[in-house]
Amino acid sequence: MFPPLPNPSTRPGPPRFGEQDLIRRSASEVTPPAVRQTAVAKLIDTSKCIGCKACQSACLEWNDLRDEVGVNTGVYENPHDLTPASLTLMRFSEWENPETLNLEWLIRKDGCMHCEDPGCLKACPAPGAIVQYSNGIVDFVHENCIGCGYCIKGCPFNIPRISKTDHTAYKCTLCSDRVAVGQGPACAKACPTQAIVFGTKDEMKQHAAGRIADLKSRGYDQAGLYDPPGVGGTHVMYVLHHADKPEIYSGLAKDPKISPLVDIWKGVSRWAGFAAVGAVAAISVVHSVVAGRSRVSRADEENAEQLVDRELAGRSVGPPRGSPGDGDGSREHAP
Amino acid sequence: MSEARRREEIAPGDDLHPGDPVVIDRYTTDARVNHWLTAASLVLLALSGLALFHPSLYFLTALFGGGQLTRAIHPWLGVFLFVGYVGLFFRFWKVNLWTPTDGSWLAKLHEFLTGHEENMPEVGRYNFAQKTVFWFMGLFILVMIGTGLVIWDQYFGSWSTVEQKRIAVLIHSMCAIVMICIVIVHVYGALWARGTMTAMLKGRVTGGWAWRHHRKWLRELAADKADRGSTTPAE
Repeated sequence: MFPPLPNPSTRPGPPRFGEQDLIRRSASEVTPPAVRQTAVAKLIDTSKCIGCKACQSACLEWNDLRDEVGVNTGVYENPHDLTPASLTLMRFSEWENPETLNLEWLIRKDGCMHCEDPGCLKACPAPGAIVQYSNGIVDFVHENCIGCGYCIKGCPFNIPRISKTDHTAYKCTLCSDRVAVGQGPACAKACPTQAIVFGTKDEMKQHAAGRIADLKSRGYDQAGLYDPPGVGGTHVMYVLHHADKPEIYSGLAKDPKISPLVDIWKGVSRWAGFAAVGAVAAISVVHSVVAGRSRVSRADEENAEQLVDRELAGRSVGPPRGSPGDGDGSREHAP
Repeated sequence: MSEARRREEIAPGDDLHPGDPVVIDRYTTDARVNHWLTAASLVLLALSGLALFHPSLYFLTALFGGGQLTRAIHPWLGVFLFVGYVGLFFRFWKVNLWTPTDGSWLAKLHEFLTGHEENMPEVGRYNFAQKTVFWFMGLFILVMIGTGLVIWDQYFGSWSTVEQKRIAVLIHSMCAIVMICIVIVHVYGALWARGTMTAMLKGRVTGGWAWRHHRKWLRELAADKADRGSTTPAE
């Protein structure tokens, strides 16, 4: 058992991290702090989860959120998906193990994974709407959020949700406000089986290693830690009994990474775009300098008058003076 | 020349007034209002879109009252542009149809670009380049409204998958860049050929302008005037 975080002192003190600890800020450049904080992580042990949803309740309670009352469609998920109010959700899947023919009930607490390489932050166009602290927490700053939904496109886990009320994006904060005063996340605090534990990332990996050894000794050969390298590792990790098949846990991504479409959109397309617009503008300027302006001359006006007069005087006169290509002075290009 | 053949370059509202200089009504008030509303929405779309395209242009959101409002207004401007362009499309699609002259015009494009329009074939109401702008703008606006609806999260967020939205937003931004390039060419062309701006500002051009740039159109207008003038005294 991993020792629960002791309750911190109730005396007010300075927050343990803040603005000065930002390592990334959406749509802006930050100077990373010289000293990085110790990376924190939440470890979710699916083999210990009993599906009680105490974590969901604690999340609603601590964040003072109330989801709409939904409808029962005969499944255990409640609500049916993550919402702007439900920042975490127990997902239940019934899986028949082809080797043992046992029915396994796989329960996974879904929510933000706090990627080391956060796709949401990279996709975000609003300066400072998404920040990443040096301890690994990725947080949304609501007053800077414009509700465009780009974070949803950037996220490899399909986590952020846009509120229809205040039109900003919501996701798990890893209880950044609690962590800042030395507490663990509300969900971890509430979990009755210690399926959710919180500490430094190294501690969590170590703890996970012990759990995995235990699972392997009990026949779960493929038990393992889910800390996907495609997103640089995550600050929310899972212990899975079937780590070789994360997708059986209600579609947990097998090898998540930021979509190449997002990379192109946020990378080469910007520079190619600016280059294209700049090139067309430059060509226009060069053309105006080289070719000069195209002016209508007095002779053009006279030619037009003659053409009109001829037409109005009698329809069947021969070709008018100055048919194309005869090069008379009337169509001379003005300088 | 048959009547039908003669008139194919003339758009509704075009009229010729003999005199010195000859004055031609090229764009009706309706057409100009339609054009400038479309143009204004396109400029605002470009500004609000660019604001979200690159952080260095995010300051442009201030023009729209901040990021939230920019995000909210942009798609509605898109709808407005779409409707505006539909109006322009139905006004002018016929005179923008391909004619054999366009091929020979394109073959002599270098003459046009170097300012030797006198060596170009006579063109009707629009030359090949103008027609290209017309059709490509229409095509890109279709793509933009299509992909734009996919990423309009507020109303259509649940209509597509995240992967579809990623594809849509990439196409949307790339096509926006091409559209901005087309607009630059369009505006430059209008400024380059003197006397063109009055067509869209006041609705009129001079006969000399038409002689120089759209002679086939001028001939048709004069012939049409003569036809109509044969029953009523010429002014």
